[in-house]
Parts: sequence; C-alpha cells; structure tokens
Amino acid sequence: MNALVKDPTVWTDVGAVTDVPVRGARRIPTPEGDIAVFRTGDGRVFALKDRCPHKGGPLSQGIVHGHAVACPLHNWSIDLATGEPMGADRGKGCTPVVPLKLESGRLLLGRV
Amino acid sequence: MAKQRLVVIGNGMAGCRAVQEVLKRDPDRYDIAILGAEPRVNYDRIMLSPVLAGEKSFRDIVLNDEAWYADNGIALHAGRRVVAIDRDAKVVHGEGGLKLSYDRLILATGSDPVRLPLPGADLAGVVTFRDLDDVEAMIAASSRPDARAVVIGGGLLGIEAAYGLARRGMAATVVHLMDVLMERQLDASAGFLLTEALASKGVETVLDALSEEILGEGGRVTGLRLKDGRVLACELLVMAVGIRPNAALARAAGLDVNRGVVVDDRLRTSDPDIFAVGECVEHRGQCYGLVAPIWDMCRTLADTLTGGDAAYEGSVLSTRLKVSGVDVFSAGKFAGGEGCEDIVFRDAGRGVYKRIVLENGRVAGAVLFGDVLDGGWYFDLMRQGAEVGDIRETLVFGQAVTEGLRGLDPSAAVAAMADTAEVCGCNGVCKGTIVEAIMAQGLTTLETVRAHTKASASCGSCTPIVERIVQATLGDAYQAGSGPAPVCGCTHKGHDEVRRRIVAEGLKSIPAVMQALEWATPDGCASCRPALNYYLLCAWPGDYRDDRQSRFINERVHANIQKDGTYSVVPRMWGGMTSAAELRAIADVVDKFDIPSVKVTGGQRIDLLGVKKDDLPAVWADLNRAGMVSGHAYAKGLRTVKTCVGTDWCRFGTQDSTGLGVRLEKFMWGSWTPAKVKLAVSGCPRNCAEATCKDIGVICVDSGYEIHVGGAAGLHIRGTELLAKVATEEEALWTICAVTQMYREQGWYLERIYKWMDRVGLDAIRAEVGDAERRRALHDRFAYSQRFSRIDPWAERVAGRDAAEFNPLTRRLEFEPAKEPA
Ligand code: SRM
Ligand SMILES: Cc1cc2nc3c(=O)[nH]c(=O)nc-3n(C[C@H](O)[C@H](O)[C@H](O)COP(=O)(O)OP(=O)(O)OC[C@H]3O[C@@H](n4cnc5c(N)ncnc54)[C@H](O)[C@@H]3O)c2cc1C
Ligand code: SF4
Ligand code: FES
Repeated sequence: MNALVKDPTVWTDVGAVTDVPVRGARRIPTPEGDIAVFRTGDGRVFALKDRCPHKGGPLSQGIVHGHAVACPLHNWSIDLATGEPMGADRGKGCTPVVPLKLESGRLLLGRV
Repeated sequence: MAKQRLVVIGNGMAGCRAVQEVLKRDPDRYDIAILGAEPRVNYDRIMLSPVLAGEKSFRDIVLNDEAWYADNGIALHAGRRVVAIDRDAKVVHGEGGLKLSYDRLILATGSDPVRLPLPGADLAGVVTFRDLDDVEAMIAASSRPDARAVVIGGGLLGIEAAYGLARRGMAATVVHLMDVLMERQLDASAGFLLTEALASKGVETVLDALSEEILGEGGRVTGLRLKDGRVLACELLVMAVGIRPNAALARAAGLDVNRGVVVDDRLRTSDPDIFAVGECVEHRGQCYGLVAPIWDMCRTLADTLTGGDAAYEGSVLSTRLKVSGVDVFSAGKFAGGEGCEDIVFRDAGRGVYKRIVLENGRVAGAVLFGDVLDGGWYFDLMRQGAEVGDIRETLVFGQAVTEGLRGLDPSAAVAAMADTAEVCGCNGVCKGTIVEAIMAQGLTTLETVRAHTKASASCGSCTPIVERIVQATLGDAYQAGSGPAPVCGCTHKGHDEVRRRIVAEGLKSIPAVMQALEWATPDGCASCRPALNYYLLCAWPGDYRDDRQSRFINERVHANIQKDGTYSVVPRMWGGMTSAAELRAIADVVDKFDIPSVKVTGGQRIDLLGVKKDDLPAVWADLNRAGMVSGHAYAKGLRTVKTCVGTDWCRFGTQDSTGLGVRLEKFMWGSWTPAKVKLAVSGCPRNCAEATCKDIGVICVDSGYEIHVGGAAGLHIRGTELLAKVATEEEALWTICAVTQMYREQGWYLERIYKWMDRVGLDAIRAEVGDAERRRALHDRFAYSQRFSRIDPWAERVAGRDAAEFNPLTRRLEFEPAKEPA
C-alpha cells in the first residue's frame, strides 16, 4: 500500500447498492437512531440521519427527486448531499450527513 | 555511446503511442523492441465496434503497419506473450524461450475483460469483447441463420457489441443490472432515450436484470437465465461487464500493484527503470478505461524517457457512444450533485436532450443526447474552469448562439442579436420573424407571440429570450401574461395539456412524458412525479406499470404515516357495517402487536394507530385472514362510503341505503382518483349519513335516488349540488361510476371533485352523464380500469411484494471495519 495518510474512517458493509430502490431509500437501525440510505435516479448514493430537521420526520420514507428527498411529514425538501433544507426552508437546521461510499456494488457506511 | 535498450510489453494503443511519442522527441536514443500477445500489428482498438458492425474492415483500423516498425528500426515480436520479468537481470522472458534484456521497460498490457463467474461461463459461444479474435468469433456466430445474441452489460462496450450484432442481422438483447443504460455516463432521461433509440435499431434492452445461469446443450450456449426466472434464448453470449487492469506480470515481478500497476506522476513504477502506461496503470488511485487519458500519459512518459520533466496529473473524461445515428456525449459531473445547478433542454421533435451541470458558475459536467455538436465546447469550458455566469441563458443553445452574445447583459444581448439569429430551435423561428409579427399584428404578450410565430411553443427553453425580444420590441406596451398554471416548476405546461398529450401521443411511462413534453428537469420533482404517475395509470389502466417511487409514502406502504414515524391501519368496513368476527380479529391484532390506540374514525370504521412499519405485513396478514382488506385511508382514491341504516331498520327509510352503500364500495374500491373521493348514502332526506357534504352523495327518496356531487367538509365546507335523479339502484350505480370516471379523466392531480366541478361547470358534467350513451361509455371505462385495481394491496404485500420496503437494509449495525475489496 502506498497510502501515506491513513483514512481514519471505519467502513462497514451494509448491503448491495441494488438493495436500495432507484429513487428510493432504505433505513438502517443503529443504537443512535436510524440512518437513511438513498439512491438517486442517476445511480448515486447518499446517507443521512433518518430525521428531518423540521420535526423529526423519517426522511427514508420520502419521495426522492434529483438529489433531494421530500420529507413525508410536511414536505420540506432536504438536500441529500448536505442534509440542509432547500428553498424557502433553507437555513432552518440541518440533518447530519453520514459518510457512505460505493465500492464494487457494495455500500460502505462510514464512522469516523 | 551505444543506444539504450527500450523494451515495451504490449503492442496496443498505449504501447505503440508511447513509442511514437518517444520517436518524435528523440528518434535515435533507443533500440526499441515491442512484444505483443496478439499476433498482429498495432490497430485502433476502439474501432473494433465499427468492424463488428461491418462499417469498417480490419485494414481500415490498422494504426501502424509492418513498414512503420521496419522504418523505425523497431523489433516487433507479435504473438509472443511475456511470461516473466527478471528485474535483477533486467531481462524479459517471452513465450517460446524469447529473452530480451532492457535498460528501460514499459508495461502497456492494457486490461482484461471481466468474466462473470456464472455457471456455464465456460460454454462455447460465450465470449468477451476486447480484441480482434473476439470480434471474429462474434461475426462467425452471427452468420448462422436466425442466430440470437445476448449481451450482459449495458455500458458503452455492451451496447456497441449489441448494436454491431444487430447490424449483422442477429436478434440482440442487452441485459443490464441497473435500470438505466450506461448509468456511469448517462442520467435516467438520456438513458431512457438511448433505450428507445436502440430499440429502433433492433436492440432490445432488459433492465434491472440479474443474470443467474448460462444454459447450454452439448457444450454450447443456448440461453441465459435471469434471477427472476426469465430465460433469454441465444446462441451467442457476450460478457461486457467491465475491465480489470492487467497487472499480473507486474505483480509477479514484485512491483507495487493495487487495482493497477501503481505509477507516480512521471509514470514510473516502484522500480525506477520500469514504467507503465495505459489501462494497466493506477495513477493517484485512478484507473482509466478510455484512450484520451492514455494519450496524456504517453506524452508525459515520452518526456520522462527523453530527459524532459513533464508531469501527468490525471485526466478529465468525456465519453461518446459509437452507434451510428445515436449521438450520446457525457462528461464530468453529468448527474449534478452537491451545490450543482442544472440547465435542461429538451426538444421532443428532434429527440434531443441536453443537460448542462453548473457548479459555482462553471460547467461541471454535461450529458447530451441526439445533438452532441457542442460536446467538445462544453468539455473545453469544463476543463478550463471558465466562468459562464454571463452566458448562462444561452449556454444550452451551444457555442454558435452564445459566442455571438458573450459579454452583454441579457437584454442588451437580445437587442444585439441579428435578425437572422435563430431563437426557437424547435420551430426554426428567427428573431426577425418575431419582431415582424409583433409589429405587423400588434401583439403584446408572450402568449400571442407564441400563438402566431410558434416561437417557444414546443420545448419552451427559449421562452426567456422570446420574452426579452417582446419586451425589447414593445418597451412599456409589453404585457406580462399568464397561461394555464403549470403542473410544477419542472414544466410550463398545464395539467390539461399534459393529460391530453399522454392520451393523444400514447405516452406510457414517466420518462416518455418528460421527454415528449420537454420537462425542464432530469427526473421531475415530488409534485409532478405523483401527478404523472396518476395520469398514466388513468390513461392506460391495462398497460401502465405503477411507479411506486413516484408515490407518497402512504400510498407506497398502504398505511398512513404518523407524526412519530409509525403508521395507522384502517381496514375496510363496507358501508360502515362490521361483525363480531371482524371486531374480534381487530381486538386480537391490537393485543398481539401491542397497538397503542384504537379509534372510531369520522368515516365509520376503525383506525389502529401507532403500528410499527416492520409489523405492517404481519398485521395485515391477520386482518386478511379475517376477511378484511385495506381501507385506502391513505389513498388519492376511493376512501369511505358512509351509510345510514335505511329500510333495514329505520322507520323513515325509503330505500336500502346500507345495501347501496355496500354495493358501491364493493364495486369502486381500489380505484385511484386525482384526489380522495368519499361517498355516502342516506336513506331519506334527514341525511344521517351526511351525504350532502361528500364528494358524491346519494339521498334516497320514495321515488328513487338523488345523486349529489361536489361536497366537502374539510378545509372548505361545501354543500353538494344535485346532479341527477334516477329511479333504480342500477342507474344510481351507473351514474356514480360515470361521474367518477369523468372526474378521473379530467381532474387535475390533488383537485377534489368540488374544485373540478367549479372549473368545468356542473352543466358540462350533467350533459355528459345525462346522455345515455356517453354515460355508458364512461361507466365501461371505469369498470375496465377496476379490473386492474380491485386488488387488495395488503394481501399482495403479505404475499411478499415490495418486501424490502418493510425491512431495514441491515438489522444489526456493529460498525466493524469492512474488508477492502480486492
Ligand atoms: C382518521 C380520521 C379522523 C378520525 O379520527 O376520525 C382522519 C384523519 C386524517 N385526515 Fe381526515 N380523517 C378522517 C375523516 C375526515 C372527514 C370526515 C369524513 O370523511 O366524513 C373529513 C371531512 C370530509 C371531507 O373530506 O371533505 C376529513 C377531512 C380531511 C382533510 C380536508 C380535505 C379537504 O379537501 O378539505 C384532510 C387534508 C387532506 O386530505 O389534504 C384530511 C387529512 C387527514 C389525514 C390523512 C392527515 C394526514 O395527511 O396525515 C389524517 C390521517 C389519520 C390517519 O393516519 O389515519 N382529512 N377527514 C378520519 C378517517 C376517515 C376514514 O375512515 O378513512
Ligand atoms: C470494442 C472497444 C471499443 C472501445 N471504444 C472506445 C471509445 O469509443 N473511446 C475510448 O476512449 N476508448 C474505447 N475503448 C477503450 C480503449 O480501446 C482502451 O482504453 C485502450 O485500448 C487501452 O489501451 P492499452 O494500450 O492500455 O491496452 P490495449 O489496447 O488493450 O493493449 C494492450 C496490449 O497488451 C497486450 N498484452 C497484454 N498482456 C501481455 C503480455 N503479458 N505480453 C505481451 N503482450 C501483452 C494485449 O494483447 C494488448 O494487445 C474501447 C475498447 C474496446 C475493446
Ligand atoms: S382534523 Fe387535523 S388533526 Fe385531526 S385527524 Fe384531521 S388532519 Fe389530523
Ligand atoms: S418533519 Fe420533515 S417537513 Fe416536517
């Protein structure tokens, strides 16, 4: 290996990318609350805490459009890449982003 | 001084180009020998696709013929695979005892096609697509009469293989794991267009398909079986599922190898006398599978080998598909991403889709379909990192339009446009034509200009420019107008137009609608997707496959989400009737699943609140067993049919209101509608079922049935209007189904019956439903569509449909380090 800086993130295999529907999401229960894993129309994947910054709606249950998800409770649109509400609700809180990478078709969820 | 010996392993694109570049810089520096495993001279590998398609011959694609090797004093050892490198002795060992010593060595071994380890992968007739031998094997297979080919892999190679085989007369099918072809280069919209274009060239596509087994007979392939059980018969099976850097020699020689042979910015491996170039290389963690980066690498390598000090810093990629008549270009972050902004242009007439992705005011990527002329320009802008804020408005129209206007503010730019400049590409309208129409015909609004000139009447992308031209021409006389309200921000088309064109043009999928109606976003939003899904379902009840990802969560999981993320479950109680057995089953379910609340709803049935999502299928299974089905309390569809006791018990009852209510609910349940639909049947004008504040209500009277429509008691309180009075229960049912169907066909998504009625007018509804023939036709269309909807969604899910929806992705997450993939 010639990696000089060691990546401190611990990566855990949580399943195959095909387990998550395109334009959809799956959730992963953890002791610190659920994590939502999203797959967008163009095949990218994202992970967020499964809690809307508004009133805690489960984002994994929303409609995924572009790189955003519409919260199922009151329809805020949350940017999947940043966890921030978009449009008129911008700046009102933020959902934590969870590191996620796609390697050889597997989803690796990270914890630093 | 004696020349140094330079030995190249690999007589492919990279190996020979590197030598060419060295010769260009210093023709006399090295004694050069090239070893190649293929028994032929150097040829253009990317042109194998046209060779397969019969559009070129091998001779056309030779890059360097024998004379070139001879003229430059290069020793070519073709057909001699290198078997080992002895780094200590600095000797390369080739097949047949060949030994060549080197001072400097270049590895240019390319990559190997990946072979899926499926059962049957070693059958005759299973090939990959990498070199001329593969192409010859495919051509041989295609010459048999009625031969069929299956290609696993819907990437660039797989598509080009299938296209080539189809050109040679084979029935060719591409089987792809993902639901979008070339998903690494194309977004869903372009992928959809590609699927359609390939179909017109005789290539069938099967998406979302997991290959399970290659079937054979007598040692030859006969077909491919997919995980879902489908079998695709074939005599030729091409695996085009990816490539793996060919680093075996390097690994055996003890060089640093990850995915590929690791090199630094000078293309040097961990041995200072050994270099590597091409697809076998891993540079800064990146492996490449296209030629453009290889040319960059070759230049740097040649500099290094001739005493220069260039550095290779990685390449930005763009892709073009080589299928005649199907133009596809993709580069960079074509799919957008964090902080990105999309400019989308669609021209349904010409089958064009363009998406330019901007990030911080610069082009970050592009995907073009159908018109790729400006691909190179966007790619240049992207690589230069040029600021494009000032040309944003015209960017999507390409270089020709934009360069003329650069630097001007949008209004001045429009004013400065030549009269002959084309504004509306779809309809071929120039600026001069628009100005002339405005002046000659006294037009003052965008809408009238659109109506008279057709400018911006198709895709609408040029609307801002047309509007500016109107403004600039008229000054203060300009009236900003308003057309029908668009469905959402993704389009300027209204609901009516969308619905009309779905039917008229036979559009049967969401991507088809978005392309034909020139949606301005790649895959819609949370407003238009559910609407389109409904419109399609209503227009094509037998054909359209519901797109569940376009449904709101409640409709996707057939339960109502609650504020804490749990769900409520409301089983149907037909017409409000229940029984001891049903109530007992409900009580048991409540106990078994520890359901916190049980409530009688305002719709005459029982709500179980606070059910955990994972428990839903099990709860439904128990309710199903007692004969209960979903109450669709979540649906833009038929909700409840409230009834009163009627003639069964009530001393005032005039008709069997309970019976009619039950009958209506049993006929109409499961139907999808623009917004929710609630019915009620009261046995007399005392109206205990509150029928006159429902979407459709029936008041029974001595002489028959009064059918009322357009009531509501939610955000707005609305009494119903009398639609018709009929004599028999039969006629009542027919009239109600007819008016429901009319609403289903005309209503805008989320528009309740009363709002639809306000829009189209009660008279129009009366005229339609009052006409016996039209009423019958409406009723029949409703009945037809019910054949596909009167299905209990709970039972389907109990049986296993969408199982993943109700399970977490993984149950236990312990955060253990994952194994680094090899
Ligand atoms: C459960 C129930 C209240 C109750 O405890 O009785 C109820 C509960 C909800 N109603 Fe209702 N409505 C219920 C009867 C009604 C009624 C009375 C009726 O149907 O006779 C009305 C007034 C009649 C009408 O629809 O015009 C009613 C007018 C609404 C409205 C306003 C609709 C409107 O167009 O103005 C909404 C909001 C909406 O649909 O957008 C609504 C929305 C809701 C939602 C779905 C809110 C939501 O989106 O989450 C509630 C979901 C509860 C759940 O999870 O089950 N509910 N709601 C009733 C279920 C009836 C059933 O058996 O299916
Ligand atoms: C059908 C097809 C279409 C393509 N279309 C495009 C396209 O449109 N655009 C694009 O940019 N790219 C395209 N590519 C990819 C492009 O061809 C490759 O990126 C390029 O050929 C890689 O060059 P290379 O020299 O690294 O490898 P190669 O060209 O594969 O050359 C490697 C050579 O090394 C030889 N070799 C391997 N091991 C040994 C050994 N031990 N001893 C001796 N010789 C050895 C091999 O036989 C081979 O001849 C296409 C590829 C294919 C197969
Ligand atoms: S009235 Fe309001 S709070 Fe009560 S159930 Fe209906 S929507 Fe919910
Ligand atoms: S909780 Fe997400 S929008 Fe309200």
